[in-house]
Amino acid sequence: MAVSDATDGAAAKLGGSGRGSTLLRILGSIGRILLTLALTFLGLTAITFVIGRVMPVDPVLAIVGDRAPAHVYEEVYLQLGLDKPIIVQYFNYLGEILSGDLGDSITTSRPVMEDLLRFFPATLELATLATLLGTLFGIPMGVLAAVYQGRMIDHVVRVVGLIGYSVPVFWLGMVGLLVFYAKLQWLPGPGRLEFYYDGLVPTVTGLLLVDAAIADNWTVFWNAASHLVLPVSILGAYALAYIARMTRSFMLDQLRQEYVLTARVKGLSERTVIWRHAFGNVLVQLITIIGLTYASLLEGSVLTETVFAWPGIGQYITNSLFNSDMNAVIGGTIVVGTCFVGINMLSDALYRLVDPRAR
Amino acid sequence: MAFTWKQATRALFAGTILSAPVVLPAMAETPADTLIMAMRMDDIITMDPAEAFELTTGEINANVYDRIMMYEPEDLTTLTGGVAESWEISDDGKIITFTIREGLTFHSGNPVRAEDVAWSLQRVLQLDKTPAFIITQFGWSADNADEVIQLTDDGRVQVTVVEDFSPGLVLNALSAGIGSVVDRELVLEHEVDGDLGYEWLATNSAGSGAFSLTQWNANESVIMEANPDYRHGAPAIDRVIIRHVPEPAAQRLLLEQGDIDIARTLTSDQIAGLEGTEGIVIDDHPKATLYYLAANANHEALGNPLVWEALRYLVDYDGMADTFLRGQFTVHQTFWPTGLWGSIDDEPVYQMDLERAQELLAEAGYPDGFSMTIDSLNTSPYLEIAQSVQQTLGQAGIEAEIIPQDGSALWPKYRARRHELILARWSPDYVDPHSNADSFAHNPDNSEEAQLTGVLAWRNAWANDEINALAVAARNEIDLGVRADLYADLQRMHRDDSPFIVMFQQNEQIARQENVEGFVSGPLFDLVFYRNVTK
Repeated sequence: MAVSDATDGAAAKLGGSGRGSTLLRILGSIGRILLTLALTFLGLTAITFVIGRVMPVDPVLAIVGDRAPAHVYEEVYLQLGLDKPIIVQYFNYLGEILSGDLGDSITTSRPVMEDLLRFFPATLELATLATLLGTLFGIPMGVLAAVYQGRMIDHVVRVVGLIGYSVPVFWLGMVGLLVFYAKLQWLPGPGRLEFYYDGLVPTVTGLLLVDAAIADNWTVFWNAASHLVLPVSILGAYALAYIARMTRSFMLDQLRQEYVLTARVKGLSERTVIWRHAFGNVLVQLITIIGLTYASLLEGSVLTETVFAWPGIGQYITNSLFNSDMNAVIGGTIVVGTCFVGINMLSDALYRLVDPRAR
Repeated sequence: MAFTWKQATRALFAGTILSAPVVLPAMAETPADTLIMAMRMDDIITMDPAEAFELTTGEINANVYDRIMMYEPEDLTTLTGGVAESWEISDDGKIITFTIREGLTFHSGNPVRAEDVAWSLQRVLQLDKTPAFIITQFGWSADNADEVIQLTDDGRVQVTVVEDFSPGLVLNALSAGIGSVVDRELVLEHEVDGDLGYEWLATNSAGSGAFSLTQWNANESVIMEANPDYRHGAPAIDRVIIRHVPEPAAQRLLLEQGDIDIARTLTSDQIAGLEGTEGIVIDDHPKATLYYLAANANHEALGNPLVWEALRYLVDYDGMADTFLRGQFTVHQTFWPTGLWGSIDDEPVYQMDLERAQELLAEAGYPDGFSMTIDSLNTSPYLEIAQSVQQTLGQAGIEAEIIPQDGSALWPKYRARRHELILARWSPDYVDPHSNADSFAHNPDNSEEAQLTGVLAWRNAWANDEINALAVAARNEIDLGVRADLYADLQRMHRDDSPFIVMFQQNEQIARQENVEGFVSGPLFDLVFYRNVTK
């Protein structure tokens, strides 16, 4: 955020030179985006790289195993360039990234880029649907709780929020599986797809729902959809709890404002007062909240992915971290960082759309 | 008021209906021609048999590749020819000549020839990855690969053992993963810049085993198809699917719902919960994995043999085996596990004996104990074992601080001799007592400069001339009877006079559907076979 704010300022100066040229404004926007991206990537790679190197884990042993003789260890140590100063290692790595090569993963023996294209869509599918679910339910619940403050619905929303926020996701996942998969048999078990549908639809986007729709294979589509229900509901419950709580709080602030009283005195309908006036004023804050929620879900929820055997980016990065697979960790971090930057930019654009003052 | 409670609830209800779960029934059973297993398999790094050394890849390659020598699932105690039909050993035990079976084919359809056998071994030496030490100890290297492994004029494969080694040991070593025979022609088709197909074989297979690897999605699944032309006949099942399910509780649910045939990595709690469940059977598979404590002899107190002996009396072996390790471990106190050639069936000699331990500590000059650390992995059952040991050591005044950590932090520390007392595990690389003796007992150079980091005795800064000599004599002995006696002596001597306190031997418990028969999980990680499985 700090980077984004700083570049916002820089861009404001650039764009605010008063010349009013559209071309200049567009160039300024592009420059701002590029600068934000460059600074973010530089910061992300530098911090992740340094953390990876100072951690008391040995990337060489992750490759050769703990039984490796000294000469095998030494050979891989030199291959990885670990004999060079850390700053040289970093710039060598940066050079490779800039040439489009994220390197190979130790833990999968495949190019990191290939892994990311496989693991990230699994998380993207999960996070997008969970955010949609959380938003669709969280906002009305938050608004209702604020409008009916202190009444039954408010208590219900607060309790739901509290439960959603405080129950461990791991436990909730296991209980969900136990009830809906094992006992009621309404939903399928862990995994993205039943194994016999594996490979039936060609990978285009990596998003199973989309790929199955493109392939016009609705059997696979519904199977993938049924596998999404439980993990999406559980992640969605967390998103919902947060969004509902924040919506309630923002709305309460607005409903106390004098302009709401004025609107009511003027005889506007309650619907107009709440949704057009009060809710319209919390939209900017809500966009931030939803953006942050989405971004944090895109990082991958390791516990949810573990319980549901979901091959997502959270599990990939965590497993890589434990195996000192720094190419994979940095590759994953870049993807997550890009998501944050992208979502920030999208939020910025939406601010301008919903708030005339930001235009 | 226009915005009513009724409207609100209606809106919420409509939302619920719109996003209602897609209710589909769970599968009741798995297909009859497919074996489906769930296990944790995020340890896979490469599928190349010249480099693969992890538990999961050892198992997969045992089914994908035939080896020169093998322990077959029908009899896991008898070494037999795999790709080799027969072998001759020269009188001095230095030259072994293998005759290769005729009519074998790789999954590609290429014939299995003596050239493939020789090239596979030479490839292991030329790539020189970690498991290569299993054969480089014979004096083989990338430099002399062409001389020590040759084709004879009559189309056989001749290997020459350079160092003094029992030929029985060499044959055993060739039954390890590095003895896998790879399809030379196919692999060389995928060679890049003279890498001997290293990059390609990391994610593909080129074997002649009972199954071919058709798909490996890291952290997701492995799929194998049956080889109809396998030398023992086509496997009873057409396909094996291994699903990566890291959470044991999820594995249990999948098994109970009939969505998998075998759950492989269950905790003792899960196993206990499944006992008595209709249609599910729990199997015990004794493994050769040992759990042990080791004292760094560079530590002032821990370098004292009297302290080692005291520590042996300060472990509650039975208490642990009967409680939180129940069913999954048995008490075992020598460096070679039971159930294999060369093992001894002695009853456990050491038991928890506080009084005896206190006497020994007093004799060693530590009547009030001392302080030290215990390095341990941060997972179960290591932490529970470490806590039990911490508690029993405390009874004798030894103040032990447990340092739980991940393997990626623990192993570098161990290899650098920076631990004090460590709790670790070890499993043999091949079925010969030398595999463990060479690490637990034999340390030819204890100096810091030697950097024998793969040797457990060196990691613990310990060497004993008498034990070293016995380990070498047992290694070199040609007569099998004499050799077995030498290893029996070595195990007892090592048990009583070394900084190692071997405590437990692992027992793998798996849960399967009762209609699934014929799954064989041998004592070593790469002796797991699917080809006799029926449903």
